Amino acid sequence: MQIDWVHFTPWSALAGGVLIGLAAAWMLLVEGRILGASGIIGGLLTPRRGDIFWRAALILGLVASPALAHLLFGTVGAGVSAGLPMLIAAGLLVGFGSRLGKGCTSGHGVCGLARLSPRSAVATGAFMASGFLTVFIIRHLLS
Amino acid sequence: MAFLSPLVAGLIFGLGLCLSGMIDPAKVLAFLDLAGMWDPSLALVMGGAVTVAFIAFRIAGHRASSFAGRNFEIPKTRKIDAKLVGGAVIFGTGWGLAGLCPAPAIVNIGFLDPRAVLFVLAMLAGMKLGDVFSDSPTGEAESPAAKQAANSV
Repeated sequence: MQIDWVHFTPWSALAGGVLIGLAAAWMLLVEGRILGASGIIGGLLTPRRGDIFWRAALILGLVASPALAHLLFGTVGAGVSAGLPMLIAAGLLVGFGSRLGKGCTSGHGVCGLARLSPRSAVATGAFMASGFLTVFIIRHLLS
Repeated sequence: MAFLSPLVAGLIFGLGLCLSGMIDPAKVLAFLDLAGMWDPSLALVMGGAVTVAFIAFRIAGHRASSFAGRNFEIPKTRKIDAKLVGGAVIFGTGWGLAGLCPAPAIVNIGFLDPRAVLFVLAMLAGMKLGDVFSDSPTGEAESPAAKQAANSV
C-alpha cells in the first residue's frame, strides 16, 4: 500500500466529517430521526400522508448545499466522469442494494456505527469490502 | 416551519459532503483503491462524522423525546441476515463502480451535473426494485416497530 500524500486532505476531510455528524445530530435530537439518505429518499417512492415534506425539504437542502459551499468554501463541482452505461449500472446497484440492505453510507456507516448497532457494523463492513474489491477488480485486474 | 429543520439538516449534511470531498467520485475511488495510490481522507470523514453522531446518540439516550418533543424513530431490527449482507455487498459494488453513494449523488445534482441526474434516476429505479424484494419497503427508520423510547437507543 502506498499513501497518496499529495491528495490527502486530512483537515477538510475531518471538518467535513464533523459537519456530517452535526447534521446527523440535528436530525436525531430535533426530529428524532436517523439521517439515512437511502431511507429518506426511498421513503418518497412509496409516499405516505404526512411523511413527504420533511423528506423533500432535506433533499432540497442537499441540492441547495453546493451554492452555499461555493460561497463559504469556494467548492466547485468535481464532476461525475464515469461513462453512461457504467453510471446506469452503478445507480441501479446502489439503489437496489441500499433498499435491500436497509441503509447506505450515512444510515449504516455513520448513524449505525455511532449507535453501536451490530447490524450496521456488519453492513458497513460488507459494503466497504465489496467497494474495495470492485475497485481492485476494475483498476488492477481488468485494466 | 416544520420544513425548516430538515432543510437545515440537509444543508449542513450537503456542506459536509462538499467540504470533505465525498462528492468527488475520483476521491472516493482513490480511497477505495487500497492497492493503488491510496488517499485515506475518507477514513477521517467517517471518523469525524461517527464521533459527533456518537455523542448525539448518547445525549438522545438520556432523553424521552427529541428537543422538538418528537418520539425517537430508531431502527429496532437486530436481524443480521442474507438480505442485509447481500444488499450491502450489492450497494458497495455500485459504490465502487462510480464512486457515488445516495447523498453525494443528490448533492452533485446541485452542481448541475447531468451525469449525476442520470445516476440518481437509475438509483431511484434500483430502489423501487429493491423495495419489491425487501421485507418492509418503508426504509431503515420508518417501520412501525421501529418507534421506541430513547432509553433503548
